[in-house]
Amino acid sequence: MLRLEKRPTPSRFWLYATPPVAVLLTMIAGGVLFAAMGKNPFEVIRTIFWDPMFGQFAFYLRGQLLVKAGPLILIAIGLALGFRAGIWNIGAEGQYIMGAVCGAAVGLAVFPTENRLIFPVMILAGAFGGWVWAMIPAILKTRFNTNEILVSLMLVYVAETILAKASTGFLKNPQGMGFPGSRNFSSYPAAQNAYLYEPLGLHWGGVAALVTGVLAYILLTRHQAGFQIRLAGQAPRAARFHGVSPARLVVLCMGISGALAGLAGMFEVTGPAGQISIDFNTGYGFTAIIVAFLGRLNPLGIVLAGFLMALTYVGGEMASTNLGLPSAAIQVFQGMLLFFLLAVDVLTNYRFRLAVGAH
Amino acid sequence: MDFGGINPVILIATLMASAVPILLAALGETVVERSGVLNLGVEGMMIIGALGGFVTAVTTGSPVLGFIGGAVAGAALSLIFALLTQVFLANQVATGLALTLFGLGVSSLGGQGYNGIKPPHTGQLLPDALADLPVVGPILFGHDWVVYFSIAMTVVLWWVLKATRIGLIIRAVGESHEAAHALGYKVNRIRLMCIAFGGAMAGMGGAYVSLARVPQWVDGITSGAGWIALAIVVFASWKPWRVLIGAYLFGGITVLQLNLQVAGSGIPVEYLSMAPYLITILVLVVMSAGRKGKSSAAPAALGQNFHASR
Repeated sequence: MLRLEKRPTPSRFWLYATPPVAVLLTMIAGGVLFAAMGKNPFEVIRTIFWDPMFGQFAFYLRGQLLVKAGPLILIAIGLALGFRAGIWNIGAEGQYIMGAVCGAAVGLAVFPTENRLIFPVMILAGAFGGWVWAMIPAILKTRFNTNEILVSLMLVYVAETILAKASTGFLKNPQGMGFPGSRNFSSYPAAQNAYLYEPLGLHWGGVAALVTGVLAYILLTRHQAGFQIRLAGQAPRAARFHGVSPARLVVLCMGISGALAGLAGMFEVTGPAGQISIDFNTGYGFTAIIVAFLGRLNPLGIVLAGFLMALTYVGGEMASTNLGLPSAAIQVFQGMLLFFLLAVDVLTNYRFRLAVGAH
Repeated sequence: MDFGGINPVILIATLMASAVPILLAALGETVVERSGVLNLGVEGMMIIGALGGFVTAVTTGSPVLGFIGGAVAGAALSLIFALLTQVFLANQVATGLALTLFGLGVSSLGGQGYNGIKPPHTGQLLPDALADLPVVGPILFGHDWVVYFSIAMTVVLWWVLKATRIGLIIRAVGESHEAAHALGYKVNRIRLMCIAFGGAMAGMGGAYVSLARVPQWVDGITSGAGWIALAIVVFASWKPWRVLIGAYLFGGITVLQLNLQVAGSGIPVEYLSMAPYLITILVLVVMSAGRKGKSSAAPAALGQNFHASR
């Protein structure tokens, strides 16, 4: 019979091999799922993973990759900092919405003024909105020891109602003939997050994501705060002896992840989404959790994982228009990826041994 | 006897019904957490139960089979969680989240084609003669069988956890898995069974949403009920009786805000519909703050995986 045995030290090989193996297993299991739905699994997998990069419409779809990957990377890097320290911010979706609402509100408040400073101020407002939304669970945790998982999650539902109120009430387009939704930022140049280089899909959000990836990597590997984050996650008792204040770490990690999620929301709503609408948010805040784990909670890994997950979004849309694959199938596919990742991850710290005879 | 268009008797009767989904799910999660496992996938198991129950009830025409189908679906999903956390020793928080994301995806995939269908009606259990009595009739006798089942489960679980050998084993595993292992109990096997039970209860709670509360299939039908159930377990300090109180309090708030929306109280609808979530946060704060300094009521081994090295 097989039994698990703890490795003396974590395997470096499996640390890096886990994500590719998990992706491969997901492709196989996903293929079975697609076949069960009456689709040709090879065609679907090719449409999702190959066509966006090298297929017929790749010249357009390659740009879409960065558009989708940007917000996922921004949010996931923030989450990963917290996850590393054992702080579970699950409400990134809410922080993303609040960042978008705050950023958009600042821009729309001064419509139609044209000034160079408007967009930078909107960026600050977006980060602030996400930060405030993340500070609620952070301060409740440090002051009253409430569970940050539940509070941050409840705040997602609150943010969703605020978003509904914004798009039908206080941010509604006064010239929108009564339709819900704010003014479209594409007709307001000073506040628009326009493409910097369209063929690559590069806008300020993409720039922010890549820069944040590098900065977070430096923070984790070279900075005192990064060391404290890693220490608090791996050995909480040792961290306390080292003088790490758990409360300060909670505020720091939640604050960074909230601000980054808020930024992602602000860049999305002023760029690709174009306007505040009831359902402009597409669950990036939740998918980013998968991205964070897929990237092994390592900023550079997350950048790669963000592109891979973007591939499933872009390819999934292709599969749904060309092959009639329901979009929910992609959600299932993404969920499976996280399952396989967590399952294969056992090999990093344990190995399977054949148990022979008595032990 | 109306207060601003709200009849208190009907309010109490409706809150008992509206609390059933979170009561069942929270009772199941209480057992899971008492065995030392933190399953954050309640929302996913509930929505799978909601779909499984709905599909079974529509195809068989029997609401009772529907509830059983919901429980089976919830338990089946929870077994993925059990496999990952008990066999592959995966992080419980991450796995629970994955379970919710996966469950939401599967339910919206499997639910296509079921929109707009009415499920078979789950009727009132007791005869009209009793249910028509003034005041006590609607509150005590006017419910379907699941409402009584949920209350009965509260009593049963209270008794099992408090006074039986099984309950003692579950609690031992949850307080100190090392000690339980040393006494010869199969820690991971016991936890696996608790997880499956929790899944079945969450699935049945979900089925009550799609079969009795709404009653139809809508994408994302449970809308956070699973997370509220998790909060209620904390509120209840892991005790079945307090879970009942918590669920009824919460059900009361939900019904009241819906009534206020209908009655047109002048408070904007959006603010009323965020009230249940804000009150959940408030309750968590009050419960956690009250316990500061004292040792937590949470099972000592909550969220820790167990690997028998010997």
